[in-house]
Amino acid sequence: MIRSELVHTLSRKHPDMRQEDVEQVVDIFFDEISNQLADGGRVELRGFGAFSTRQREARTGRNPRTGEAVEVPAKSVPFFKAGKAIRERLND
Amino acid sequence: MRSTNTLTRADICEAVHKKTGYPKSESQQLVEDVLDLMTEALISGENVKISGFGTFLLRDKAERVGRNPKTGVEVPITPRRVLIFRASQALRDKVSKA
Repeated sequence: MIRSELVHTLSRKHPDMRQEDVEQVVDIFFDEISNQLADGGRVELRGFGAFSTRQREARTGRNPRTGEAVEVPAKSVPFFKAGKAIRERLND
Repeated sequence: MRSTNTLTRADICEAVHKKTGYPKSESQQLVEDVLDLMTEALISGENVKISGFGTFLLRDKAERVGRNPKTGVEVPITPRRVLIFRASQALRDKVSKA
């Protein structure tokens, strides 16, 4: 399922809404999560899962093409842990 | 400003309500529907790819031998399907300075 299919299916559930309005709701949903993570916060969606950020230390990486060493600065990366309910339902 | 550093369903519903002007009950229904539709797709074995955000991927894990960390007793871990999230480059860039 891709974003447009999600919008399409959601539109069918809400035939009273215009498709661009449904799209706006989907945008708000993912923007809220993204912005919260960008602020260094957590997102908890019971049953589905929780989003958080993890810190990665600075390291010396390598350009895979030239083999040259490059400094990779410390950074935060998004992290997701699936909720218990969905984990169980995936294995029913 | 939020009182805690954790965003929940209620906060997302509130954001939808404020930004669209839809009644709270409808905003809540829409947010619930988004989550339900993604969950249903995943349960049916489909990956969910949201451009600009990331991909929810299903991985099938083979059986392996685990160990009870408390007792040290070996126990088989049954084969299972797990859910993994791969953030898009856009989300990674946005979060990198968090």
